Amino acid sequence: MKSRTLTRALVYLSLILATLVVLLPLGVVLLTSLKSSKEMANDSGALTLPDNLLNFHNYVIAFQDGRMLSAFGNTAFILVFSIGGTVLIGSMTAYAIDRFTFRFKKLVVALFLIAALVPGVVIQVPAFQIVNSLGLFDTRWAPILLYMGTDIVSIYIFLQFVRSIPISLDESARLDGANAFTIYRKIIFPLLRPAIATVVIVKGITTYNDFYIPFLYMPSEDLGVISTSLFRFRGPFGAHWETISAGAVLVILPTLIVFLFLQRFIYNGFMRGATR
Amino acid sequence: MRWRQLTPWLFLLAPLGLLITFTYAPIVNMLAYSFTDWDGVTPGLHYIGGENYTEIFTREDLYQVFFVSAYYLAASVIQIVAALYFATILSFDIRFRNFFKGVLFFPYLINGVAIGFVFLYFFQDGGTLDSVLALFGHHSDHAWLGTPRSANTSLAGVSVWRYLGLNFVLFLGAIQSIPGELYEAAELDGANRWQQFRHIIAPGIKPVVSLTVILSISGSLSVFEIPYIMTGGATGTETFVIQTVKLAFQFNKTGLASAAAVVLLLIILALTWLQRRLVPDDRVDLV
Repeated sequence: MKSRTLTRALVYLSLILATLVVLLPLGVVLLTSLKSSKEMANDSGALTLPDNLLNFHNYVIAFQDGRMLSAFGNTAFILVFSIGGTVLIGSMTAYAIDRFTFRFKKLVVALFLIAALVPGVVIQVPAFQIVNSLGLFDTRWAPILLYMGTDIVSIYIFLQFVRSIPISLDESARLDGANAFTIYRKIIFPLLRPAIATVVIVKGITTYNDFYIPFLYMPSEDLGVISTSLFRFRGPFGAHWETISAGAVLVILPTLIVFLFLQRFIYNGFMRGATR
Repeated sequence: MRWRQLTPWLFLLAPLGLLITFTYAPIVNMLAYSFTDWDGVTPGLHYIGGENYTEIFTREDLYQVFFVSAYYLAASVIQIVAALYFATILSFDIRFRNFFKGVLFFPYLINGVAIGFVFLYFFQDGGTLDSVLALFGHHSDHAWLGTPRSANTSLAGVSVWRYLGLNFVLFLGAIQSIPGELYEAAELDGANRWQQFRHIIAPGIKPVVSLTVILSISGSLSVFEIPYIMTGGATGTETFVIQTVKLAFQFNKTGLASAAAVVLLLIILALTWLQRRLVPDDRVDLV
C-alpha cells in the first residue's frame, strides 16, 4: 500500500513539473510585458514581479507602433472569407462524393486523398509562380484562396458527417420535387451544423496562427496579419523585450479565451483532423 | 438522365478547380522546374537534366540540413514517450484532470511567432532559463543559441514544448475509447498498472502511435517555423525547408529549390506508403 502512495505522489509531482514547464515561459513573458523600460534596464532578472502590475504602457506601444490593430483587422478579414469558403467547398465536395455515383469518382477521391499528403510548405515554391501570374501577389486574396483550396482535412470531417445523415431524408425530399441543390441547401447543410462548428474552430485557429503564407504572399506592411506584424517587432523593438512581450501576449490572449470557452470542440476537432 | 450525371460535377467545380490550381498544377510545375536551372524570373526554361538532384546529395552545404533533422527526430522520440506517459496517467483517476489536460494541450494552439518570441526570451542571456538556473544556484553565461549543437537542441526542445500536446490528446482519446470493463476485469485478475498498460492500453493505441511516428518523421524533415522565426537558420540551425525557401526566394534558384521540394515530397510519400503497409487496418477511428 505504501508503494502505491509513493507512485501517486510521483505521478502528481510529474504533472506539476510539466505544468511549470508549460506555464513558466508564458508567465515570464506576461510579467515582462508589464515592466517599464527602466525596470528592464536595471536588469533585475526575468523572474521578478513588475513594479506596477497595471502598467499597460507597452500594450499601447504595441498597438500604436506595432500596428496590431490593422493586423487584427486583416486577420479577421482573411478568417471570415477563408472559413466561409472552406465550409462551402468542404460540404459541397462531401455531398457530391457521398451522395452521387458518377464516372471518375474514384479518381476524384484519390486526387483529394493524395493532396492531403503533400506538405503545404513544399508546394509554395511553384505555387508562388501561379499566385503571381493570377495577379494575387500582395493581396489578401492570395492567402484566402490558398487556405480554401488546400484544406483536405475539412473535407474529411464533412464526409464523416454526411455519411451519418440518412439517405431516406434526401429521397423523401426528392419525392416532394426537390432537386439536388435544394436538398443540399435545405437538408444536408443545416444538418451539418456540428461539423461546421468543428471546421470553423479548427480552421479558425490554424488560419489565425499561420505565419508562412502571409509572410510569403503579403510583404506590404499594410497587409500585415497578426503573425507577420508580430514578426516585424524584431526590427524596431530590437532589444525592447517588454514591447515584444506585450505583442506576444496580445496574440496569445484571444487563443486562450477561445480555448477556455470551447475546449470540448477544440479537442474533438483537432482529433478528427489529425487522424482523419 | 444527362442532367443527373452532371449534378455532382456542378458541386465539384469550385473544389476541384482550387485543388488543381493550388496543388496539382504546382506539383507538375515543380517537377518540370526541378530539371531546369530557372531563376524564377527569366522567361523560358533551360533543361539541365538531373543536375539539381545530384547537387542536393553531393554538395555538403546542401545535404547537411538532413543532420539537423536528426535533432528533431530525437526530440520527437522524447515527445512521443512523454505524451504516452501523460496520456496513460491522465486516463486514470486523477484530480484536476481537465486542468492538466488543458495545460499540456494549450501550447499546440499558440501562434508560432509568439512561441518563437517567448522562447527567444527564455534562452536569452539573463532570460527565463538563466534566471531559473540561478534560483538553483547555477550561474551560467552559456549562450543557449550560440553554438550549432546547443542551438539545435534548444530549438528541438521548443518543438517538443509546442507539439507534445497534440500527441498527448490523440493518445488520450485512443486510450479512453478502450472499453472500461477491460480494466475492471484486469483489476479483478490482480493486474497492476504496468501490466494494464502493457496488455490493454498498448495494443489499443497501436494504430495511433504508428500514425504519430510516421507524422513525426515527416514532421522532423519539414521543420520550418520555429527555427526560421528564432534564428533565421543561423548558427547551423538551417533545416531542409528553410534551405529550400531561401534557395527559391532569396537566391532565385527556383530549379534547385524545386528539386529539393520534390525530394522532400517523395520521402514523405514513401513514408506514408510504408505506414499503410505496416498498419494495414487504417481505420484509425477515434470518433
